[in-house]
Amino acid sequence: MADSKDFIAGIDSNAKKSPRRIVFITRRTSAQVKAETEEQIQTFPEVLFRAAVAIMTMATALIWIALLFNAPLEGLADPSHTPNPAKAPWYFLGLQEMLHYFPPVVAGVLVPGLVVMALVVIPYFKVNIEADGLFLKDRPKRLRIFYVVATALSLFLLLFKVYAAMVPTLIMAGIMLVAAQSSPQSPSKFGRYLANRPLSYWVMTWFLFELVVLTAIGTFFRGPGWSWVWPWQGS
Amino acid sequence: MAKRVDQYVNDLQQTRIWRSIFRSGTGTSTLQRALAIQQNVFLHLFSTKVRTRMLSFRATWYLGTLTLGTFLILVSTGIPLMLYYHPSVPQAYADTKDLQFVVSSGMFLRNLHRWSAHAMVFLVFAHMFKVFYRGAYRAPREFNWVIGVILLLITLLLSYTGYLLPWDQLAYWAITVGSNIASAVPLLGNKIHFLLLGGNAVNANALLRFYVLHCMILPLIAIFFLAIHFWRIRKDGGLYSHASEPMTLRTQLEIPSSPNTGENWRAPIGGTFKGKEVR
Repeated sequence: MADSKDFIAGIDSNAKKSPRRIVFITRRTSAQVKAETEEQIQTFPEVLFRAAVAIMTMATALIWIALLFNAPLEGLADPSHTPNPAKAPWYFLGLQEMLHYFPPVVAGVLVPGLVVMALVVIPYFKVNIEADGLFLKDRPKRLRIFYVVATALSLFLLLFKVYAAMVPTLIMAGIMLVAAQSSPQSPSKFGRYLANRPLSYWVMTWFLFELVVLTAIGTFFRGPGWSWVWPWQGS
Repeated sequence: MAKRVDQYVNDLQQTRIWRSIFRSGTGTSTLQRALAIQQNVFLHLFSTKVRTRMLSFRATWYLGTLTLGTFLILVSTGIPLMLYYHPSVPQAYADTKDLQFVVSSGMFLRNLHRWSAHAMVFLVFAHMFKVFYRGAYRAPREFNWVIGVILLLITLLLSYTGYLLPWDQLAYWAITVGSNIASAVPLLGNKIHFLLLGGNAVNANALLRFYVLHCMILPLIAIFFLAIHFWRIRKDGGLYSHASEPMTLRTQLEIPSSPNTGENWRAPIGGTFKGKEVR
């Protein structure tokens, strides 16, 4: 405490009326570290107005859809008559497609459970916080790990004949190889973009790709007995 | 001279009754506008100011706002639908038929409810991926991401329980297929299946359970977590914009990281950390 002005102490209280309060404010630990000023706008009315316009635009679109297209309604529920195929709601058809390949305990319990767990823990792992390109550091080592993981995953899917999930995996692996060959100094903009993608980006994009492909196959390409049909073949 | 409409509105806002309801007062000053948010029990979940940059369509695609919009549509169409619906077998199917052919605008209500439900599921997924690709789940927003995942699951359950209510073949077999997955859970599978359906197969008990879940329990849980989700946006420093993040700022200003943990800088507890006031 060489500098006597490092803090200011003030004592001002009536002990009979209120407890004694002492405040120390040192210059180095001030909570007000002014770093940056960014333009801000009042929530009322500007932001609320924009939100209202966005919601009303969407509502208008949905009202048009509701006027033009009727919600499906089939015959009365009949437990003795199973339609073929019996399909879950569209957002579960990715799971139902997985049930076609794996036993229910894997496709119906293990995989969705792990997906939810993985989503929950995303912000708590450093690997998801880092924003450096996957192959920019330790390139040879990371490439080796990539080859092992991509090959193992593809072979696993091949073994269970899950071609629907194997094709997106191979496409993603191909794009990641392009990323590995690119650098932030690449001449093409796309190459620079790929080179800067971190691991979390690749994992999530692979998941999104699989989700879309499996859901689309379950929705449009599955007919009686869960056999492959083309959407234009009808049922 | 005739008064203009806004003058009538202005007069109304000056009355004692209006002022007793909306205590923030009137006017267009920054203070009054801030009070309009801060002193409203619903709006005070949000911060009084937002970074201008975050209003551009590019930043968020307004996906969170639109998801809230579908939820509002679903509540406001769902309540009138409840007036025409009995959760019993086979009356549920007859009621759905009546909605289509007898009730005025019943068809429209049901269509809007159904398409909005699909839109909500889609928008929740889109919102999640958008937040992920922006990196907006990073500290100090970790827990709001977790609440978002909970809301995703609630949305799926809401849609799934609503799927059974028309009691047609489509509903019956979709729920049968879906609920059979619950049986695959090791050890407890059949018990969970029984608890969910109130029986060993989809029947009248299942319809009643799904009705109560769909119209009462799940919406209440959804509103509970929605409130926390919105409130946490304000508490966690407003909508995420990379350039205003503590880590970025520290790098720009070369402020040494905290010596003991080296972790991300965090907003002080209890303060409204909106990027500007407290850093």
